[in-house]
Formats: sequence, C-alpha cells, structure tokens
Amino acid sequence: MRPFAYARVSDTTLAAEAGRDTGQGQTDAPVQFLAGGTTLIDLMKLDVLRPGAVVDLKPLAAKYSAIQAGSDGLRLGGFAKMSKVADDPVVLRDYPAIAQSLQLAASPQIRNMASLAGNVLQRTRCNYYRDVTWPCNKRQPGSGCSAIGGANRNFAVLGTDDSCISQYPGDFGVALAALGADVELSGSGGFRVMPFGTLHRPPDGKPHIETTLRPGEVITGFRVPAGAWTRRSLYLKIRDRQSYEFAISSAAVALDIDGGVVRQARIGLGGMAYRPWRAHEAEAALIGKPLTEASAKEAADAALQGAKIHGENAFKPILARRTLVRALLQAQTMEA
Amino acid sequence: MERPEDRSGPSRRNLLTAGAAAAALPAAQAAAALPAAAAGRVEMTLAVNGRDDRVVADMRTSLLDALREHLHLTGSKKGCDQGQCGACTVLVNGQRVLSCLTLAVAVQGEAITTIEGLAKADGTLHPMQQAFLDQDGYQCGYCTPGQILSAVACVHEGHAKSDDDIREYMSGNLCRCAAYPKIVAAVKQARGRMETA
Repeated sequence: MRPFAYARVSDTTLAAEAGRDTGQGQTDAPVQFLAGGTTLIDLMKLDVLRPGAVVDLKPLAAKYSAIQAGSDGLRLGGFAKMSKVADDPVVLRDYPAIAQSLQLAASPQIRNMASLAGNVLQRTRCNYYRDVTWPCNKRQPGSGCSAIGGANRNFAVLGTDDSCISQYPGDFGVALAALGADVELSGSGGFRVMPFGTLHRPPDGKPHIETTLRPGEVITGFRVPAGAWTRRSLYLKIRDRQSYEFAISSAAVALDIDGGVVRQARIGLGGMAYRPWRAHEAEAALIGKPLTEASAKEAADAALQGAKIHGENAFKPILARRTLVRALLQAQTMEA
Repeated sequence: MERPEDRSGPSRRNLLTAGAAAAALPAAQAAAALPAAAAGRVEMTLAVNGRDDRVVADMRTSLLDALREHLHLTGSKKGCDQGQCGACTVLVNGQRVLSCLTLAVAVQGEAITTIEGLAKADGTLHPMQQAFLDQDGYQCGYCTPGQILSAVACVHEGHAKSDDDIREYMSGNLCRCAAYPKIVAAVKQARGRMETA
C-alpha cells in the first residue's frame, strides 16, 4: 500500500472541500473517500487504488443512516450499514427485494462494515482490473481490455463496449435500478437528487470514468418510490457457491398483478451487465398480459436481446433468461 | 496478559488531532502534507478488550496488524489479508468486522474485542469458547478465533435460530479443515447458554 494522508471530516461541506479531487470514479484519483473501506482498503492493498489522501466520512453516519418508510416510499440513509437495512422489519415486509439483495451480498462481517453508498460504488471484480500487471482500460486508460479474448467467464453481456466488458458486481444496486430509485447527493454546489439509473456511466470508450458524481459529492441517501409492486418483489441470486459469493446471474423483480394480469412490472438484472441494469424491454413485454411461463420467457428474451457474448461467458444470456423466468414465477406466488 | 506499550517510533505528526481543521484543507494541501504523514508515524489510542492502548504506527496499519504486531495480541489471525476468509474477525462496538480491511487509525475510541478479551478475568471461558472445545469445532485451529468471535456476534444478532441460519450467517468464516458441522454444533450449544446467561 502506498503512503497516504488521512483526514476525517464531520459534515458534507467539509467533505466536498477535502474531496475536490475525488474525480468521477477514476482509479487514479488522488483523493478517495473512505466509508466502510471494504472496497477501498482492499484495492489499496492490491496497489490498484493509490490515493495520496484518504478522507474518512465516518462522522457523517450519525446524520445519514436513517431508514424511513412512508406513503411516498422508502428513504435510506447513504451511511446506513447493509446489515441494518437487510434486517429492518419494514424493509423486509414492504420492499423484500431490497432486503434480500442486501442479505444475499458479501458476508455478515462485510455487511456490518459497508455503507449503502459505498456498496453502490463498489468496483468491479474483474481480475484484470484487480491485477496491476495487466492492461486494463478502466484502471489505465488506453491500455486495452485484457478480458476481451481473455479469461472472461463471469463478464458482462449487457451494456459493454469494445473498451470494457467488466461486470457490475453488486446486488443492492440492481434492486435500486429495478425499483426506479433516486439517489440524494450533497456537494459543493449543495444538495441534488438524480435517478439512480444515471449514477453509473456506460463505458462509452472511457470506462475509467465510472460515475456521474461531481468531484467531492457524497451520496447521502436513496429514495425508493412507493408502488403497488414493491411488496410483491424479490431478489433471486445465482452463484457458483451457495453463500458469500458474487452473482453469476441475478434478477430483481417487482410485480403489480390484478386478477392474474400484470399491471406493472419492475425488472433489474445483476451479474450480467456493465452497470446496474434495468430491463425496460422485459417490463414492457409483460404489461397487460397474464403471467405464465410463456409470457415470462418472452419477457426474458426481450431483456437479453442485445446481449453480446465473449467466449467463456456464452452461457450467460441463457442463464439470465432462466433466472428471470424463475424470479417472475416465484414473485407471482407471493402474497402482496 | 501482559501487553507492553508500543513505543516503537517517535511521534512526529498526528494528522488526526487537527480534526475538522485538517479536513478542511484543500486537497492540494492535503497532498502536500503527504510526505510528512508518510515518513512519520501516527500516534493512536485503541480501546482493546476494555483498556486503552497507545500505538505508534504507520498510517497504513490495519487494525489486524496493530493488534498483532504492535499490541502483540496474536489471537486474531491473518489468513488472506483481503477480506475473504474471516480469520481476522474482531468485534468493534459489538459488531463483527474484518480487522484486515479496517484502518487502525479510523477505529480510535471504539470498543474493540478480540479473542483475548472473551474469557472472564478468572479464566472462565466464554460459552462459545467452551462450546468449540466441547464440540471439537476445529482441527488446525487457525480460523478458530475468527470463528468464535463471528459466532458470538451471530448469536447476539439473532441469526443462529436454525442450522441453515447458522450456516448462512457463519459463511464469512472459512475453515480449510472443513470443521463446519462441528462449528454449527458449537454455535447451537453456546446459543442456549448465552441466552440463559
């Protein structure tokens, strides 16, 4: 690990000031924010992240950790710990997809450490990104993508381009994408809210620029809008081992069903895409139809229509379809 | 257990003490302050097992290394040092965390419990320690301190209600000897005694 200066900040104004060089997710940003540290310290040990200064945001947790549910939806503090939200009775009852996405992620120890805001900003698990001896456009712009033509079994098939096929590794972000959440931000320009779906950038030939955050901006919370579909929601995660493993395929689904007919559907896919992925095409394919295995398969086909495979990950679009069909049929049987 | 106070280096600079003032430094200045922070060590106070310990260590020191190398509390084990195995599990404010991914400098003032702090002063083992002995919940023993602290937290969290629950909520602690069935048995034994304690 490279040497770094350490400072702890007590509010978002000071964070914006101290974090003016945090960039937009660039690996070589000279300043990095520290929340739970589960990504940052790991990648600093691997010499992937080399900040000259680490700005510890821990004191912000006192103000931005609340879990509030109301008639307009769910508000989650950005500094709430994953474990706390996963066990919250109201989240479990009214937003099960959110609770499950958190409970099925990482390990109990990591869920105790990691904040929600840090979780959605976790870096890809691409082995070429994590090993500094390999070319990687995300880590070192212009050096190439070693995964294209490399060992790429658990790589993305949606939302990639020729510069990067890495996969967004998170679960909670997939549930947020599906449920159409917003993200609350605080920075030098003050407070703002933007759709969660625009937080992570597509690669666009510049995969080193990961987010649309402004330098120094801190995620202070998430808003999940209320809807008839949130109670009938779930997160289905498929892994190479049963627990403590990243998704190889996952689906967050939420359904509003009336008399067997789908009125509204919200669908996200994980373990499959460059960024948290909402499958609008699959949602549209279901609306107004009875939910059957056949209609679920049509929706899954729509979701994966643009999939692009790269050798070892050729199985993924098939697995994603099966994951989504199973998730939809399972959600249908829930009482809501 | 005797714990020699760490005085392994001079305290040249402590970036923490400036608090908000240091934090308000523009990033350029923070970066400019880097060589001093890097070359010098930082003085910190860690509250481990109910007592305050002064540690003078490099800014980069993980909580795990602070415990093992500076406070000579070698019960917490270094397995992967990457947050993947759970051997380094300790409790911070009662919550189980990975000490290898925790910066020591960032947990000053928080109550840290290691395996050395579980037994009573008279040597009576914690019910979870006793259960691991009774159930033979280990072979080589390397992962055991992390397993035991994780298991204590697992029971306190209410995540030890069934065998499946225990397996799921103990999944952050790997055991290369695969003592898993006996670990589940140990957690169940201690669960009853912790609840009635």
